[in-house]
Amino acid sequence: MSQSKGDGSWFDRRSTELTPRSHHERISAQRAMAMNKVGKMDLLVTGVGGQGVVLASDIIGETALAAGFDVKKTDTLGMAQRGGSVVSHVRLAARVWSPLIPDGGVDLLLAFEKLEAARWGHHLKRGGIAIVNSYAQPPLSVSLGQESYPTDDEIITSLKRKTGQVYFVDGTGRARELGNPRTLNLYMLGCFSVFAPIDAGVWKESISRRMPQNIREINLTAFEAGRKEIEGVRIGKS
Amino acid sequence: MNTKISMQLLSGNEAMALGAYHAGVQVAAAYPGTPSTEILENLSRFKDIYAEWSTNEKVAMEVALGAAYTGARAMVSMKHVGLNVASDPFMAASITGVVGGLVVVTADDPQIHSSQNEQDNRHYARLAKVPMLEPTDSQDAYDIMGFAFDISEQFDTPVLVRTTTRISHSKSAVEVSRHRVVKNPQPAFYCNVPKYVMLPVNALPRHALVEKRMLRLAEYTEISPLNQIMWGKRETGIVTSGVAYQYAREVFPEASFLKLGMTWPLPEKMIKEFAGQVDRLIVIEELDPFLQDNIKSMGIEVTGKEYIPLVGELNARIVAESCAAAGLLPESEKEEAIPSAGGLPRRPPLLCPGCPHTGIYFVLNSIGQRSRLVEHKNNGPQEPKLIITGDIGCYTLGAYPPLNVLDTTACMGAGIGQALGMEKAGVKSRIVAVIGDSTFLHSGITGLVNAVYNSGHITILILDNRTTAMTGHQEHPGTGVSAQGEQTFAVDIEALVRGIGVKDVKVINAFDIKALRAGVRDSLERPEVSVIIVRGSCAMLVRKRAHPRTVDIEKCDRCGVCLRLGCPAIQTENGRVFIEPTLCAGDICTVCEQLCPEKAIHAEGSVKS
Repeated sequence: MSQSKGDGSWFDRRSTELTPRSHHERISAQRAMAMNKVGKMDLLVTGVGGQGVVLASDIIGETALAAGFDVKKTDTLGMAQRGGSVVSHVRLAARVWSPLIPDGGVDLLLAFEKLEAARWGHHLKRGGIAIVNSYAQPPLSVSLGQESYPTDDEIITSLKRKTGQVYFVDGTGRARELGNPRTLNLYMLGCFSVFAPIDAGVWKESISRRMPQNIREINLTAFEAGRKEIEGVRIGKS
Repeated sequence: MNTKISMQLLSGNEAMALGAYHAGVQVAAAYPGTPSTEILENLSRFKDIYAEWSTNEKVAMEVALGAAYTGARAMVSMKHVGLNVASDPFMAASITGVVGGLVVVTADDPQIHSSQNEQDNRHYARLAKVPMLEPTDSQDAYDIMGFAFDISEQFDTPVLVRTTTRISHSKSAVEVSRHRVVKNPQPAFYCNVPKYVMLPVNALPRHALVEKRMLRLAEYTEISPLNQIMWGKRETGIVTSGVAYQYAREVFPEASFLKLGMTWPLPEKMIKEFAGQVDRLIVIEELDPFLQDNIKSMGIEVTGKEYIPLVGELNARIVAESCAAAGLLPESEKEEAIPSAGGLPRRPPLLCPGCPHTGIYFVLNSIGQRSRLVEHKNNGPQEPKLIITGDIGCYTLGAYPPLNVLDTTACMGAGIGQALGMEKAGVKSRIVAVIGDSTFLHSGITGLVNAVYNSGHITILILDNRTTAMTGHQEHPGTGVSAQGEQTFAVDIEALVRGIGVKDVKVINAFDIKALRAGVRDSLERPEVSVIIVRGSCAMLVRKRAHPRTVDIEKCDRCGVCLRLGCPAIQTENGRVFIEPTLCAGDICTVCEQLCPEKAIHAEGSVKS
């Protein structure tokens, strides 16, 4: 029986006829690069089906990978058709094990809808960051008058229990002003990017790679607007 | 072909598809099912392989098996319950073996994110006596496919690859390091009656060969690079596989690990040696104590399910708290308790605005007086006036309020048989079975044949939205388009149903409430099996959305009938009903407009009368 102290990938294992040894060795060299990366972030992206949560978290994952991090991301959709709750976990670090963020360990909550911010706010780490799109999409039970939508005060109070760093932005309004409400996700991404340990250039490259030509410009503009929004608030605070 | 390495962020399903492609898969078949669907979707984009949506998992397995007999590499993928459907040919594949590699991917769904049960398909490997591989992330998922095909060919056996929702639907970094190599570009079939024709005289000697195969596999698993020991501190030794490995590594950064990539047959010697060198052996696994029970039966002292939950998906916190409670971790490492976000309105999945199921469900709700069932549910058992047996698809969401129209949902195609069973048992209520087009073609046809043959009186509603909607709009035999986007023959459901012998067959527009109501009432009176095909395209596939409806607040008397549709576009603010124009499907639907007793709903901008 051979022994190794590896990280569990198959590259550093015994060679048999069923292992193409050569490429496994190259893998270890690439992964070693990520191992030297400093910084980590556990990010929860939440919203309502149709808002572009999954695309936004995909871009975050791809960008973090391009920036040299190890990344895992996972979506919890359940049976979400349009209108259901959507939550994406994105974890970046030198080495990520679990794709799910441990309960209560969220560094940053990026919420595309207010109720969803309240629903997941308690998963924030003490002193974490919450960026909330101040937009309400009432669930059916609220429309039917069976349940009531939480007030802004209730939402803020619940978030403040965990952290003082809560940023409310009018993402839906700004995206509409830009001429395409569907750019909300890139606006929110721009807001988040200010806190991510990744250079602005890497973000723009990866957005350009991901977005088709015809909507590339407007999405980059939305990203930039989100970025400026948060940068403005942060300067204003200090 | 370039062999350049690229680093990609891939989901487990994408990685398995790419891994299979690079491993030279030539034929791939599947029926859509969460969380497995994207495997075939991704494979279908490669035009140098054959990929199909099969009518069901059983057929998919048979297609792949036939291909494997010719020396081609073949793959079949399905959700966990799909393997129940395909279990007959799966067991047959085990006994006949293969020529070309045959890989069977089962995607289990711990936590029941989108399924009807939480079965642990690792038991199938033991039942069928086939090797099983389990990836722990997307890199493993990519790498494992090459192993799976090689093992299949070397040991003359199908190979089960078992993934779970959290592997299939998580993205992680994959170093894509291979290029496609096709081992046998000219498949051919050669007669081999003792191997392929499972008459008793052939099957019994094949069984003996299967047992010999298991012995050879047991030797291989001891030296396979898929199983690996990582030494840490020797107090705790952890045996684990699949995504549980990731949680365990996070919770026990310093322990020793035996990571099993091949979980059937198990490497007994390796496990014994590992157990012998640690003070305490534990197993961390999701769902059933599969590893634990099998390790116990080797005479090794091991714990796991005494404290790790049997039900639901694990995560690092559950593993940490369970292990802390069992004294395996210091209690101090328990994290601060999380107050739950109680009292917030839930956001359950809904039928979309413009959904073709909404109108017929409203009609069933009102004919069956289903609201009364809900109102009186605290007064003891309620016998519905109209029993509605359900099936699997978007339309299962009709069980939720305010529609409340389903009495049963068991498995694919079950509703029709259940309906007949209730009738034959002698219930007095009328019985309707509701089934989607894709599900009907998957496994409803045999139930309908049975109902006709046995002189049933039930009514079957085939909700024909022209797609497999729930899993993300895959084609099926009724759409006339193949998985790879080619025009093909479209099964005519109406002709099929008539061919079975159903006399009363109606085809009704899903958005015509009057016709639906009249049609259902008429069919319920028939003293024979009747079928209504309720036809309307899935709203997600209709691009044209003209004239969203609006509510005339002067005419609206707030009766609330429109709200009983459960349409997400119809909302209230301060007691007033309004229709959200960005959500409303407009002209294609108009169901709320047809229902409004005050004629207060009309197209936006149209002249008010």
